[in-house]
Amino acid sequence: MTELPETTQRKLGLVIDLDTCVGCHACVVACKGWNTENYGVPLSDVDAYGADPVGSFLNRVHSYEIAPTGGGCSQTVHFPKSCLHCDTAPCVTVCPTGASYKRSEDGIVLVDESACIGCGLCAWACPYGARELDQVAGVMKKCTLCVDRIYNENLEEVDRVPACVRTCPAGARHFGDLGDPDSDVSKLVAERGGFDLMPEQGTAPTNKYLPPRPKDRLTAQAADSSSLTPIAEEPKGFLGWLDMALEAL
Amino acid sequence: MHPAPSVIIFTVLSGLGLGMLAFLGIGVLDVQGVAAFMPFAIAFTFTITGLIASTFHLDNPQRAWRAFSQWKTSWLSREAWLSAATLSVMGIFAINNIFRGITISVLGWLGAGLAMATVVSTAMIYTQLKTVPRWNHWITPIHMLTLSLAGGAILMQHTSAALVLLTCAGLAQLAHWRIGDRQFAARGHSMETATGLGDRGSVRMFEPPHTGSNYLLKEMVYVVGRRHALKLRCIAFVTIVLLPFLIVVALPGGTLTTCFAITIFGLGTFTSRWLFFAEAEHVVALYYGKRDG
Ligand code: SF4
Ligand code: SF4
Ligand code: SF4
Repeated sequence: MTELPETTQRKLGLVIDLDTCVGCHACVVACKGWNTENYGVPLSDVDAYGADPVGSFLNRVHSYEIAPTGGGCSQTVHFPKSCLHCDTAPCVTVCPTGASYKRSEDGIVLVDESACIGCGLCAWACPYGARELDQVAGVMKKCTLCVDRIYNENLEEVDRVPACVRTCPAGARHFGDLGDPDSDVSKLVAERGGFDLMPEQGTAPTNKYLPPRPKDRLTAQAADSSSLTPIAEEPKGFLGWLDMALEAL
Repeated sequence: MHPAPSVIIFTVLSGLGLGMLAFLGIGVLDVQGVAAFMPFAIAFTFTITGLIASTFHLDNPQRAWRAFSQWKTSWLSREAWLSAATLSVMGIFAINNIFRGITISVLGWLGAGLAMATVVSTAMIYTQLKTVPRWNHWITPIHMLTLSLAGGAILMQHTSAALVLLTCAGLAQLAHWRIGDRQFAARGHSMETATGLGDRGSVRMFEPPHTGSNYLLKEMVYVVGRRHALKLRCIAFVTIVLLPFLIVVALPGGTLTTCFAITIFGLGTFTSRWLFFAEAEHVVALYYGKRDG
């Protein structure tokens, strides 16, 4: 089971647009909601209303600030992160029980919770922090790419995408087959220069990230305020009197 | 990485036991019958106590038998097989020695080989992880193997072997610290490569994804005690190498001296193993801005 398939027929995954993500965490909540009620044990929370709450999540949104090399304004980037369904997934090969596996049909990396001993080694092997050992059930939780939605014929066609993709109000998350060069997601990656996270780890992630577009810069013309012609003139008549009266108060 | 007591106890005790079993296997102590009982009992006690401690690290130990299934890819699975094989082979060897008074040396050598292979497989669980650059180097198995053999030699009261192996273990320990300290930077991991945003400028954390802690931070971004790392390294080195060396050389051989030497050596190994985890940095810390790239 923990031998990786040589090739997978499809490479289903996510493309995350760092330019568009507004950091609202809606995807985090949608993910937690769906995956608490469906595949595997619920995503537990411990001390949820206490002083030191901890919980399991399959998707988390970091926020970073880039100080541009050439100087100028800093740029804030919201950065959602979940399992990247790597091609050469190190988390799978280290698993002693065969609980962790990568599907040959679509490349999704899953955990069979009934075989997981909770050793945590797979979480150590993942560079991205995409696996969390559930603190109540003691089994490994990770993004399933909503395997129980995307093929689910009981759902409306429009809902057969991962919960995070369906919910994102900014359209920052795209789902599709990254193994097919003609798919929408592959085209998007090619067009926008999608990249891998920590490529030096050699994990060959399926999920891609689209870079934030450079910030608009003040042009010389815009910076020259004399080019702005006033559009409102000094008020006259009644408004002029009101203005003076208010000023005097 | 979080220095979990179960894993520290496991690696230290089973390391000592397996080191001693290797010496018993190659027939360093040429005794049979009742006289052979104590040495075997000690070696098996250390090894088995360690292995039992390891199951406390599992959240669902009732399924531990499944860990035998993935030996083709998983070092943890290989370790399960090798430790079971070592215990079986050395068990038969010991029974023949103690109860029948015969030494089946082929079996002994096989058992010794398996014992060492078990130590190496334990080390490989850590060595294989590219995500923890400090461990991801061939010096890690050498470090664990030399400590295991040095402990075995002390327990066997074999003075010359103990002195040579203590020296080797000391050198390997120093090398592990020296190489380890440079590994993270040498691999070129940074917040910029982690986020892929490095071509625009330097990246820093603006807001973490959660206000509280989580499994990742507790398990893989363990920062407690790094402040005292240097002091602890000194303590570890003195108690692993210098003191046991002096005790073995200076005190008259005997049970009392051995107990004294192994206690000191054991404490040193525990300290070293605690640091092995506490000082190890996982690349996921970069996503949390918990490491200066
Ligand atoms: S992101 Fe982590 S958990 Fe997901 S496949 Fe890659 S290594 Fe495994
Ligand atoms: S925690 Fe579970 S899935 Fe992960 S390596 Fe251990 S047994 Fe496999
Ligand atoms: S829901 Fe969309 S916009 Fe909101 S944090 Fe998630 S990816 Fe970003």
